[in-house]
Amino acid sequence: MEIPVDRRYSNEHEWALLEDDGTVRIGISEFAQHELGDVIFVETPAVAARVTKGENMGEIESVKAVSDLFSPVTGEVVEINADIKSRPELVNEDPYAGGWLVRVKPDDAGELDSLLDPAAYKSITE
Amino acid sequence: MAEVNFGLQEEAHDKRRTLMARSKPGRTGVALSASDVPPQTMPPSSMLRDDLELPEVTEGEVVRYFTYLSQLNFSVDTNFYPLGSCTMKYNPRINEAVAALPGFAMAHPLQSEGQMQGTLEALFTLQERLREITGMAATSLTPLAGAHGELAGVLTIRAALDARGQSQRMKMLIPDTAHGTNPASAAMAGFNVVSVPSDPNGNIDMEALRAEATDDLAGVMFTQPTTLGLFDRNAIEMCKIVHDAGGLVYGDGANMNALLGRVKLGEIGFDVVHMNLHKTFSTPHGGGGPGAGPICVVEELAEFLPGPVVKVHEDATYHSVMPARSIGRMGGYQGNFGVLIRALTYITLLGDEGMLEISANAVLNANYLLAKLRPVFELPYDRTVMHEVVFSAKRRKGASALDISKRLLDHGFHAPTMYFPLVVAEALMIEPTETESKETLDAFIETLFKIDAEAAEDENFLHGAPYNTPASRMDEARAARQPHLRWEPSG
Repeated sequence: MEIPVDRRYSNEHEWALLEDDGTVRIGISEFAQHELGDVIFVETPAVAARVTKGENMGEIESVKAVSDLFSPVTGEVVEINADIKSRPELVNEDPYAGGWLVRVKPDDAGELDSLLDPAAYKSITE
Repeated sequence: MAEVNFGLQEEAHDKRRTLMARSKPGRTGVALSASDVPPQTMPPSSMLRDDLELPEVTEGEVVRYFTYLSQLNFSVDTNFYPLGSCTMKYNPRINEAVAALPGFAMAHPLQSEGQMQGTLEALFTLQERLREITGMAATSLTPLAGAHGELAGVLTIRAALDARGQSQRMKMLIPDTAHGTNPASAAMAGFNVVSVPSDPNGNIDMEALRAEATDDLAGVMFTQPTTLGLFDRNAIEMCKIVHDAGGLVYGDGANMNALLGRVKLGEIGFDVVHMNLHKTFSTPHGGGGPGAGPICVVEELAEFLPGPVVKVHEDATYHSVMPARSIGRMGGYQGNFGVLIRALTYITLLGDEGMLEISANAVLNANYLLAKLRPVFELPYDRTVMHEVVFSAKRRKGASALDISKRLLDHGFHAPTMYFPLVVAEALMIEPTETESKETLDAFIETLFKIDAEAAEDENFLHGAPYNTPASRMDEARAARQPHLRWEPSG
């Protein structure tokens, strides 16, 4: 199962990638999309909404179940991936790039250091 | 199913054709006599829909079409239906006969109480039986389904807390194994839902529970036995912790057939419990038909029950009344009366001894499946189970719970509940119920061994199942993403 080394991960299987502009792009891992099965709907927070690390920021619905999305960082949502509204399958097909969910301006980018590194995340998916 | 190339002649006789496809202009099912009612002025055409193309067909075609559809139906009357947490048990025909008695079937809810003494007595008797079975003080029969009973139960809790002057209690705890309707019902009643994890044995995590026992605690919604099919051994202590913190305990009685005649939830500390009559007491199930989800409560909550409830006076007359501080009505009149009569019939015919046999056989059958299927599946919580058993299909990577379930259809078995509860990966949740014979269970077991062997030989084979059903593997993702919710003319 692919786990890119350029980002951090949460215990709830979200990834968080620090961009050059200081924002954090968030999505779910390859493992998570595989466990969920075909995704049919994603409910993301709205632009300008506040999200808190470890707290619910939306829902992801697959043919198997509806699961909560948890924010891996605390901050303000600056962009949501408009493509996944019409094409939720992007989350399955391309979870680390085209299937990203939201971009957040973190209050403290240092918060990412408290997330799992790729090796630690790999160990919880085994 | 592979596309079959029908010739023209065959196509005209393809019985799968919809009524729309069978329509021919001018055909009718009945010949109406000339109208003797003066024509009325129609509303303006802007208010009328013009897209309603009703099919023009003969009565015979209508009968054949719907009979054909009914033959496609998979039901507990045709096959084994081991759907976990749904209790698809046999519906005894005598229930139907009793509910069809003219005194019941022709009764009207607006008749005077004097004319209705028999029906009111029947309702009163059912209230009393359910009260005894749950060890509670009072019953309301009016909620119209299981989740409706949940909502009535938590609204009753809300009313009782408010009456105590504790409107600040907003937090409702719900274990992570709960039915999804529990958090939905709590949220609908205005509570804030907090999920509580399970411990490694599948019981509610007591440390997590204690941490939530604060002065904003309204209560807990708890399913006993749990959706893992386990009797939660922490239940009595859980009730004590919640009560000590000032909260109330709601019992989801969906799995009650495991407890009948053995455990009274009211006696171990529960304050409200709902029952699904279509699960526990053999009334017809599913398809969105009429259900019933009565609730029973302890003394303190009785005055808040939804109404009407039936009371008996000293002169042995029965009366339909609203409880003193009722949360109101959950539906019209006395609830789904015909369903209530079916349940009363089942309870009356079985009697006390029969109640004990229900729970004994429900538990025996589930444990028989557990013991026999152990070589095929992983057992995430390896304990003696109650009425159902939750396996994990992750042992053989090539065959998912979905694949196995689909392949079971080919063998004439309904699929078990899958991917629930969420705490078990690749969950297959099997509930045989007490009404199945050993021979049926053995055939089911043998089939699962056969499917396991098929998976070992060629895992791709299962990905294509089912092969023998009227429709093959459905594209569930596309059905959800691009649903076609109504028929539209193709041309």
